[in-house]
Amino acid sequence: MIEVQNLTKHYGSVTAIRDVSFAVAPGEIVGFLGPNGAGKSTTMRILACFMPASTGSARVAGFDVFRESMEVRKRIGYLPESVPLYTDMRVAPYLDFVAEVKGVPRGTRKKRVADVMDRCLIADVQNRLIRNLSKGYRQRVGLAQAIVSDPHVLILDEPTIGLDPRQIAEIRSLIKSLAGEHTVILSTHILPEVSMLCSGVVIINRGSIVAQGPIDRLVEQFFPTSRVEVELVAPPPAVQDAVRGIAGVVQVQQMAASNGTARFVVESARGRDVRGEIFQLAAAQRWGLLELRQVGMTLEEVFMRIVAGEESEAAVPAAPVAPIEAPAVETDA
Amino acid sequence: MKIWPVYKKELRLYFTSPVAYVLLTIFLLIAGYFFYSIFAFFTRASMQTAMNPGMGRDLNVTDSVLRPLIANMSVILLLLMPLVTMRLFAEERRAGTIELLLTYPVRDGAVLVSKYVAALTLYGVMLAGTLAYPAILLYFAKVEWGPLATGYLGLVLMGGMLLGIGIFASSLTENQIVAAVVAFGISLMFWIVGWTAEFAGGPLGAVLTHLSILEHNDTFAKGVIDTKDVLYYLDFTALFLFFTLRSLEARRWAG
Repeated sequence: MIEVQNLTKHYGSVTAIRDVSFAVAPGEIVGFLGPNGAGKSTTMRILACFMPASTGSARVAGFDVFRESMEVRKRIGYLPESVPLYTDMRVAPYLDFVAEVKGVPRGTRKKRVADVMDRCLIADVQNRLIRNLSKGYRQRVGLAQAIVSDPHVLILDEPTIGLDPRQIAEIRSLIKSLAGEHTVILSTHILPEVSMLCSGVVIINRGSIVAQGPIDRLVEQFFPTSRVEVELVAPPPAVQDAVRGIAGVVQVQQMAASNGTARFVVESARGRDVRGEIFQLAAAQRWGLLELRQVGMTLEEVFMRIVAGEESEAAVPAAPVAPIEAPAVETDA
Repeated sequence: MKIWPVYKKELRLYFTSPVAYVLLTIFLLIAGYFFYSIFAFFTRASMQTAMNPGMGRDLNVTDSVLRPLIANMSVILLLLMPLVTMRLFAEERRAGTIELLLTYPVRDGAVLVSKYVAALTLYGVMLAGTLAYPAILLYFAKVEWGPLATGYLGLVLMGGMLLGIGIFASSLTENQIVAAVVAFGISLMFWIVGWTAEFAGGPLGAVLTHLSILEHNDTFAKGVIDTKDVLYYLDFTALFLFFTLRSLEARRWAG
């Protein structure tokens, strides 16, 4: 549904994104992750046909965003990060305007607008001036304008930023309900959001894509071991030796020790659960077992590892010079 | 070309905010004041003519009331038109709404035309309001319809050009005041460029005279439709709309 190839965008001498390539399958929700200023918004603006890329190409719903921009625009819903709305308009007429511009036929427009307002929970404010709405309501009006024409592809730039926790939950469940019938690409820097909503993830840092794929595969890739955290009343060196003896244990790391108790992180081969053996060991050695739990490796840790890794690379002087890119020439049949 | 939705939206924004009403009120007040003073002067001249018939030779409503009224209105327009257009693109850019507007399935050209025609519509309403003055005149004197019609045609054409300048200025910035000042500056240059004509003399003087915006308006008020004048206004309108389109496009590339 979305294919991006070698996209590069320069703002004057600043390169916002460099050689970005990824693809999103129909019906998928993909999270576009990255720290602030990584190039998320730039990529989304190019996909939404707001501005052209310097080089490279992007296809949305089968059409090139630069050469067939009108066809792309008919098939997308876009919500920019700042949620720009006509604050002097009322909600219902505003959505009616968007529906009309986006070519929703006159006969079904009224019903369509009403449906979307119901779905986004804004029907109760439909006669209010947008200027007087709270941030949460504006965000939902923004989302409503994106989906009002029932587009194939939704491009949402930080759709939950600045909302309170209850509103975030509402917006998330709304986005989740869009999966399947719509292809969604949403940018965020809130990691749990991605785990909750998205099937796949594209991580971008300092203008380049650093990782992409389904979330569990990424976690596996970056953390090939399972982890168990254990707290025992026992002498640390003895624990180290004994736990190392368990089959499948790769590494035992002592986290803290005080008043005779010690805390360890035990890494074992992925899929191998060593909690039973640790319990047996503790029972046999008559160690007090205070805590024993599996530590799930999250996207957050993957992200931190990638971004931190990039950062330390960046600290190395003499950064590689960007190659001069030839303009992309595409030869379509 | 899909201009209807954006056109409707622009008109809605004009008439649901105080902008349209303030502009209308101020314009009609000032034009009314001019009409009153011109008409009062004409009335006194008519009285004097009654005692001294020889003076009546040059006294007629078209030359003594309508022409000065239209000339004065042109000057007010020069000041007010930048205020009609300043919001059109600058405000969209400031509020960021341009990012949505320019990603809807409407071409930039259609957005521009929609906004321009909306501004022209508001201007039309302003002009329609001033038709009250010739109507009052009609009660007291015989009005020549021809020069009245061509006079208003001239005003429409001139206003159209001023709106074109204004919309161009609005596309350059995200600050409405900057847009208004730039539009006013360009419009004023078109007004005063003719003043240097007599010192320049020769072909240059002729060019400068031809560039002057008010120069072309008076012929209309006299009842003459000269293609030279019509083309002057239409050409410059088209030129500034073209500049606006390029400015929108340049802004896209710059992000």
